[in-house]
Amino acid sequence: MSPERVVELNYRYAECLDSNRLAEWPEFFTEDCRYLIHPRENLDAGLEGYWLYFENRRMLRDRVVSLLEVNIYQIHYERRFVSNVMLTGRDGDAWLARANYMLATTDSEGHSKIFSVGEYRDRVVETDGVLRFRERQVIADTFTVPSHLSMPI
Amino acid sequence: MKWPAADFTQVPFAVHVDPALFEEEQQRIFRGPTWNYLGLEAEVPNPGDFVTSYVGLTPVVLNRGKDGALYAFVNRCAHRGAQVVRQKRGHCANHTCIYHQWSYDLTGNLIGVPYRRGINGNGGYPADFKNEEHALERLRVESYQGVVFGTFARDMPSLVDYMGEPVRRRFDALCGRPIRVVGYQRQSIRGNWKLYVENLKDCYHGALLHAFNSKFGMFRTSQRGSTAMAQNGLHCVLTTYGKKDEKMGTTYAGVGTYKPQFQLEAPEVVEYFEEHADGMVSTVLSMFPTFVLAQIANHLGFRHIIPKSVDEFELAWINFVYADDSQDRLRRRRMQGNLLGPGGYLSMEDAEALEIAHATIQSQQGRGHAFVQMGGRELGDQQHLVTEVPIRTFWKGYCDLMGMEVAR
Repeated sequence: MSPERVVELNYRYAECLDSNRLAEWPEFFTEDCRYLIHPRENLDAGLEGYWLYFENRRMLRDRVVSLLEVNIYQIHYERRFVSNVMLTGRDGDAWLARANYMLATTDSEGHSKIFSVGEYRDRVVETDGVLRFRERQVIADTFTVPSHLSMPI
Repeated sequence: MKWPAADFTQVPFAVHVDPALFEEEQQRIFRGPTWNYLGLEAEVPNPGDFVTSYVGLTPVVLNRGKDGALYAFVNRCAHRGAQVVRQKRGHCANHTCIYHQWSYDLTGNLIGVPYRRGINGNGGYPADFKNEEHALERLRVESYQGVVFGTFARDMPSLVDYMGEPVRRRFDALCGRPIRVVGYQRQSIRGNWKLYVENLKDCYHGALLHAFNSKFGMFRTSQRGSTAMAQNGLHCVLTTYGKKDEKMGTTYAGVGTYKPQFQLEAPEVVEYFEEHADGMVSTVLSMFPTFVLAQIANHLGFRHIIPKSVDEFELAWINFVYADDSQDRLRRRRMQGNLLGPGGYLSMEDAEALEIAHATIQSQQGRGHAFVQMGGRELGDQQHLVTEVPIRTFWKGYCDLMGMEVAR
């Protein structure tokens, strides 16, 4: 595994969501994946308190369909900035990786702000030459959400 | 400001954007005859444990003293006004201000100042300086079922009297056994804090705005439900009973947000177990001014509305489980955690609705008024949820407390 491949996975993930191709988002994960958003306040206090907690790809697809067809939320653009991508270890067939993220949003009047900054803690596996997340923990330093959370981080 | 109608079916929009009224609320409400949420006994189990919070805009500390009792005080040094406790929560033997090291015990008494008698005969405080004249400003503290409240009003009736019967009963039902905090969730909403208070008393928005509701039926207008008010309408308990409604599709046939085609691949998010003998499925208790206790299916939580300015508030969600919950129940509650909070399937819309309401009220400089006549013009409890009666009754209680003049 080369670090460049994990960087590329992160970039493709960001590009997919930034381009509002939400329906493709679950494809970055394995079927038995775990995706959670953990506010830093709770992580540091040894508490769960996840904003979102999904433990298989079906739950990710439900989130997508609910966001596309059911829920109502702020109309906005998103732009992710991913950096400090590092391969940090190996656990069985999974590569451990981490990265910093910053998610900026732009509202319907064209005003931008930093919506969230934090860290990705990942378990990445390769199947048929494709890298996917078996686990993506989003650690949100911005533990007070500006307004509300809709899209995945 | 003068209230336009004695039947409280009109709410002047200015109440959400008038800076002078916001200032007055700090005195008449948050420093007035109200009990304000400070924290949970479970957060401060041992002497020296502390948490910080706010009463209105005022930063406060809640801690447990060496004698095991709870004490709360304003988090502002009596010396030069710096914040004494800077961490959100923690444990300490006493509180020392970093600026000049004035030190306070766990009851808020000043116990030490540096250079009191000066150095080498220079400086020091005058001979009449007394520690006891420089304590931190204290609140009176009481707790009920492990939930801790404080008040600045010395002559307040007890917390239990302030709660009233319907509120106390919900505390008994939901907090009557040991709880464990599973996490905090916070969101910052650009709107006046009372927009959220209204939202909590708004029985019928749940199935319209929150379309996930109408599909999966956690909280539906057609369910058997009730409203119960206390403390002159300032507190309100909304409750729904019963199982999933077989006729839900019919009920929502005319509602634009109803999505009959939407199915979940992972229905465990909405699979709840019955928890109350009386069939209660969901209950939302709002206790004036800024406290919420809610059970939505099996999701348990407190919410604390923290005003930041006339145009902004923080909504803090404090989610809990029972200390004796089985692994299966813990798992179900964790799954249902996806329903509530800043990004919850059932809750994410509130912030958006409140922000677009506040923005337009601001743009019109508070002119005009809201129209609240669903369920008629009367005040008082009703045995259904197709009503805005808790909102009307709330504003009457608010006008009384604020000394607001009401048109005949």
